[in-house]
Amino acid sequence: MSTALRAPRARRVRRRGLAALALVLAGTLALPACGAKAGEESEGPGATADISEDTVKVGLLNSLSGTMAISEVTVRDALLLAIEEINAAGGVLGRRIEPISEDGASDWPTFAEKSEKLIRQDGVAAVFGCWTSASRKAVLPVFEQNKALLFYPVQYEGLEQSPYIFYTGATTNQQIVPALDYLAEEGVDSLYLVGSDYVFPRTANKIIKAYAEAHGIEILGEDYAPLGSTEFATIANKVESAGADAVFNTLNGDSNVAFFKEYTSAGLTAETMPVVSVSIAEEEVKSIGAQYLEGQLTSWNYYQTTEGAANEKFVAAYQAKYGEDKPTSDPMEAAYTSVYLWKAMVEKAGSFDVADVKAAADGITFEAPEGLVTIDGETQHIHKTNRIGRIGADGLITEVWSSDGPIKPDPYLKGYDWAEGLS
Amino acid sequence: MTVFLSQSFTGISIGAVLLLIALGLSLTFGQMGVINMAHGEFIMAGAYTTYVLQQSIGGAGVSLLLSLPLAFLVAGAMGVLLEWLLIRHLYARPLDTLLVTWGVSLFLQQLARDIFGAPNVQVRAPEWLTGNVRLIGGEHPFTLAHNRIFILALALAALVSLALTLRVSPLGRRIRAVVQHRDLAEASGIATARVDRVTFFIGSGLAGLAGVALTLVGPIGPTMGTNLIIDAFLVVVVGGIGRLRGAVIAAFALGVLQAVVEYSATVSVAKVTVLVGIVAFLQWRPQGISTLRTRSLV
Amino acid sequence: MTATTRPDAATAAGPAATSPRRARWRAPLGFALGALLLFAVAPAVLSDFRLSLLAKYLCFAIVAIGISLAWGRGGMLTLGQGLFFGLGGYAMAMHLKLADAGPGQLPDFMLLYGDSDTLPWWWAPFASPAVALAGVVLLPAALAVLIGYFVFRRRVRGAYFAILSQALAFAFSLLLIGQQATTGGTNGLTNFQGFFGYSLLDPVNKRMIYFLIAGVLLGLMALTRQIFLSRYGELLVAVRDSEERVRFLGYDPTLVKLFAYVYSAVMAGMAGALFVPAVGIISPALIGVVPSIEFLIGAAIGGRASLPGAALGAIAVAWAQTTLSEEFPAGWTYFQALLFIVVVAFLPGGLASLGRLLPRRPRLRSRRAPGADPEPEPDPREAPARSGPATAAASSSTTTAKEAGA
Repeated sequence: MSTALRAPRARRVRRRGLAALALVLAGTLALPACGAKAGEESEGPGATADISEDTVKVGLLNSLSGTMAISEVTVRDALLLAIEEINAAGGVLGRRIEPISEDGASDWPTFAEKSEKLIRQDGVAAVFGCWTSASRKAVLPVFEQNKALLFYPVQYEGLEQSPYIFYTGATTNQQIVPALDYLAEEGVDSLYLVGSDYVFPRTANKIIKAYAEAHGIEILGEDYAPLGSTEFATIANKVESAGADAVFNTLNGDSNVAFFKEYTSAGLTAETMPVVSVSIAEEEVKSIGAQYLEGQLTSWNYYQTTEGAANEKFVAAYQAKYGEDKPTSDPMEAAYTSVYLWKAMVEKAGSFDVADVKAAADGITFEAPEGLVTIDGETQHIHKTNRIGRIGADGLITEVWSSDGPIKPDPYLKGYDWAEGLS
Repeated sequence: MTVFLSQSFTGISIGAVLLLIALGLSLTFGQMGVINMAHGEFIMAGAYTTYVLQQSIGGAGVSLLLSLPLAFLVAGAMGVLLEWLLIRHLYARPLDTLLVTWGVSLFLQQLARDIFGAPNVQVRAPEWLTGNVRLIGGEHPFTLAHNRIFILALALAALVSLALTLRVSPLGRRIRAVVQHRDLAEASGIATARVDRVTFFIGSGLAGLAGVALTLVGPIGPTMGTNLIIDAFLVVVVGGIGRLRGAVIAAFALGVLQAVVEYSATVSVAKVTVLVGIVAFLQWRPQGISTLRTRSLV
Repeated sequence: MTATTRPDAATAAGPAATSPRRARWRAPLGFALGALLLFAVAPAVLSDFRLSLLAKYLCFAIVAIGISLAWGRGGMLTLGQGLFFGLGGYAMAMHLKLADAGPGQLPDFMLLYGDSDTLPWWWAPFASPAVALAGVVLLPAALAVLIGYFVFRRRVRGAYFAILSQALAFAFSLLLIGQQATTGGTNGLTNFQGFFGYSLLDPVNKRMIYFLIAGVLLGLMALTRQIFLSRYGELLVAVRDSEERVRFLGYDPTLVKLFAYVYSAVMAGMAGALFVPAVGIISPALIGVVPSIEFLIGAAIGGRASLPGAALGAIAVAWAQTTLSEEFPAGWTYFQALLFIVVVAFLPGGLASLGRLLPRRPRLRSRRAPGADPEPEPDPREAPARSGPATAAASSSTTTAKEAGA
């Protein structure tokens, strides 16, 4: 290349540029001279809540955009309903709750960013939200470092017990294990496992396999589809040719729609090969279509049809606020309940202080739409009743079986012999 | 044996879906060079058209059939609007169309969320599309699902109409002329700007058609398009630019490959295999399966 | 229309009209101003929380710098930067996880979700900080060499290259998701306690990480500027504008493009590695299609061929995303989308070219900023290969008459 291409002034700039570079790097290297070493006890800031005479702020952290918005928007709606009701009834400790809603955008780092913003900048007394396990794992360090409270309203895979999270959805022994008990009772001898490729289905299936081994149930196949996958022809073929007694379905979101459409096309029905789903609630039934789901089974702690005055009130209030055709579902109910549980904890503690609220948690009860729930202070989960439901032609789910009263939460399945060595 | 048969049919039906979503792109991307990331949202528009139609007139069968032309028009109109507002300023910068239409796709997703709500919506399939034809019974049955046959037929019908339009109609001649030599075409008195718009209309309309078909097999929601767009582009890239034939071969080849690998391994592995296979294939034939031969210095 | 030389393209490749006297001072001044803002002003006025957000934005700016070389100067639409960002990020995160767990121990997530009691072989080397740091640079570099060599050698260009990169990033994220027991799956790797012996829980250390990132950013900007101004930088622009002519002159465009591609990959890898301690998470969600496009958008909005433009653009886009979503949690994507559309469609030089709209001031900063050019993508009629299929066909003078159907 001809040297004429090289402009003379470029060379001068270059030298100066290098000098500056050296300076900056030297400065940078000299800087990290202070701060705690790893392992040293360094007190995190411990964010202080911004509570005035007449208001207290809480954060709502749900995906309002992106792929998860499908599910999470309804949770936000349920949270807002609970807050509205509590405010109408005089608030918490005489203070009106002021909700601050943030969009997690279906993106885990954004969840972490927004939770930090809610805690550090807005000074919220508690945060309600998150759906996917990934988003919960992403925000967990933020809550632990800032000593702030998160209420997580979705059934999940267990194996977690953060001191700063209250889990108001089911853990595995309140959803998956009872569903297996039910199937065993019904005489199911073989299962096919279908799930989305992420932490909940994989962990759930590990539990199912351990259970199956101990109870003489044969697992005929196990398939995972990437999140958001909508091509299930092959999996339906595999399920059909395996010929199991039942299918255990841990697919998430969109994938369920494609899976059930394919399942029906393959000529499989609830009579020939029932599917037990743990991520399909009323909202999903509505979007998949009852024509594909009629007769299939679900395992939850709450259905729109669950009996009781508390639920009638909840469903009526929700439909009055958001529309007559809007169904209520388990995660929405758990979210709704979580706000009331927080209120009860705060009132028992007589303060919004996180340590006091946590200390007051054990034994708090609430007459929730799903029935009486009790906080287990040790695990920070709640006692919940399991209900197996059957999906009807009208899109509603009716209970066909329930556990004997609320089940004590056991996130690490310590109380089950067959689950040894799982965690 | 039946496993082999049913997986082949599965592969072909995956290929039919791929072909449907990629046909429109093979026009807008293949022929015009526009990288339209909002193509997935046009598919979504087609699906929502079916939903709205079914909500307003009821009958599943009637609304599905009626929504075929209607979705074509709706998505096509959106395409024309997009072309007129943005794309026509960007013909000189084809790579920038990718970024701009990405913005458009974000916008349309949020719009769908605000109009129809964030949750997915439901489209009932007509009775005559829910069952299957059982060719071989027994322990390992071989069945052809009605909805898959319908999609295959629709894809082939769309393909044939498009091919005929391009080959024999005066409009098709003009489109090909503009694609092959814009200046000469313009000099021969073809209104190239108008041809661009019509091409974009057809390409986007085909996306709408794909949307109708997808209501039979997949979810209908604001983000349904994002899951499809990459697959669609890969089909066009593998197929080669400017020829429908390549896209057809590519769609069915990718569909069968996906189905075969998926049966013996997992879905993720199948996807990764397909993607890596595509990269390797383009090493061998950088211009895709079928190309327009030119003597330019490429 | 065919093969006409645009006057703009000519000026873009030639020396800028800026007076040498101004140019001499502009770069160091801008550099000093940047250092002042990053090291003195920002830490003084921003809260710890906002400063940690700024640290995150600066990581995106580092990616954008690499993009401005490969895309702005080299014309390669690197639509798969998430792949390299992820490699760097995971290399760092694996080391931090192992360091947290202590020697001989398994990282926490493996105890919960793993299938085996032993560390996978490909994790083991990352226990050493030196290997991890080398991995941050070498893994993206090696992969980029591999991909780039084959792709450029076969002259895969333009939209093909873009879609190919995207497919690879997508495949990589799928691969990570599928291996939950060893990669954390969709959860990714989170909850880091320490960073090379310093506790990440201590706000003082978090500030230090911010300073580290700011220092790296400035250093890399200076380095990249030298590359822009070097003979290689000239050659890269030449390849962008007419690869065939460069080939005829006796150069191998494959190597020229390869260097820019590898350089941008290493930038992305380093950004990923710095992102991990700053934000505390690396997951497949940061690797796939969406983040890869977002990396580009920042550079496009700021001005793809202008170094400060790209960096500031990346920071501005990330900042706007935070602010808009805080202000309008329900409808912020509209604003974001409109911003992308309007800037990219109608201000192709990015915000950096706004300066050019002011009559008195000649171009800013860059000596021959094609970013200030109204059409930084060179005229497709000149470089048919890169500019997409339609124009490629359009520029051909030998299309069959039969096909044209006349």
